[in-house]
Amino acid sequence: MQASIQPGRDAATQYVLRLGDTCLILGQRIAEWCGHAPVLEEDIALTNMSLDLIGQARALLTHAGQISGLGHDEDQLAFLRDERDYLNPTLVELPRGDFAFTVLRNAMVATFLKLMWQRLSASSDAELAAIAGKALKESRYHQQHACDWVVRLGDGTDESARRLKAALAQLWRYSAELFEDEAIDEQAAASGLGPKWSELQADWRAEMAALLAAVKLPVPADSVYRSTGRRGVHSEHMGFILAEMQYLQRAFPGGVW
Amino acid sequence: MTTQNEWPLWEVFVRAKAGLDHKHCGSLHAADSKMAIQLARDVYTRRQEGTSVWVVRSDQIVASDPGDKGMFFDPMEDKVYRHPTFYQLPESVNHM
Repeated sequence: MQASIQPGRDAATQYVLRLGDTCLILGQRIAEWCGHAPVLEEDIALTNMSLDLIGQARALLTHAGQISGLGHDEDQLAFLRDERDYLNPTLVELPRGDFAFTVLRNAMVATFLKLMWQRLSASSDAELAAIAGKALKESRYHQQHACDWVVRLGDGTDESARRLKAALAQLWRYSAELFEDEAIDEQAAASGLGPKWSELQADWRAEMAALLAAVKLPVPADSVYRSTGRRGVHSEHMGFILAEMQYLQRAFPGGVW
Repeated sequence: MTTQNEWPLWEVFVRAKAGLDHKHCGSLHAADSKMAIQLARDVYTRRQEGTSVWVVRSDQIVASDPGDKGMFFDPMEDKVYRHPTFYQLPESVNHM
């Protein structure tokens, strides 16, 4: 059994880890569709998206390990942290749900990530800017593909419209967490590392409102509920997904293929 | 066999790089042309195979009848003089 590692606690490391974890956990969730998507072609499309996200996570976790100065590599950071040290928003760890839930969440997160990569392309950290430049192309496609599906389902049959509406009702309240600033946001903005996540809110809401208008769904009212994944306080689903991700590295430390 | 709920079939053509022609590489099911283009990208260009894709509804392709194969194509067997084998191609001409 491999003991857990403690990641760097400095603001820059945490800022990069938070984004890396967002990509990592959503990539893992989407990968669950492999072999289970409604049609073969979409199965491959979802798997491609998952691999893009895991690629982004690899680059970000590797970079976070370098920033921290603690010598952690991508595998250690991905597989050997305790649950409380994962900083992804709760939104991405929620179980994959039905196909409507998956494509709506993908549209929400891809829109967010696209805006994030656009801003990070101008980061004072050259490595982070380079990662963002590559990832932006990937997220633009993810957004287009996912948003097209949202429109198809919203515009489709009674059942698909009902499922999309239900997914929106479930997912929306988890979006507020994305835009709440913490100390690491202030420090990242001050150092030029990257934007405060709250800075993306207006653009994100505008793009989501346009998408929902296209399927004649109202933007849900803001909720007082706040999820807390970014602070390491996750939903009951996080432990299960981490168990699946981690057991191999825990059982066979340093195992590679 | 197709069922009523099955999406139409599309033929996919991929261009590997500028200057080359689009080559037929397979087919897929998609609800409409926009989805077909996206899925062609996802299914057939995962390993950097493409810089451009075309899709066309399979039922829009008119094909020669396999029963006409002999009549259509066998008469060309003995007309070797139609091949431009007596010309020396300049080296700068690629992909002929």
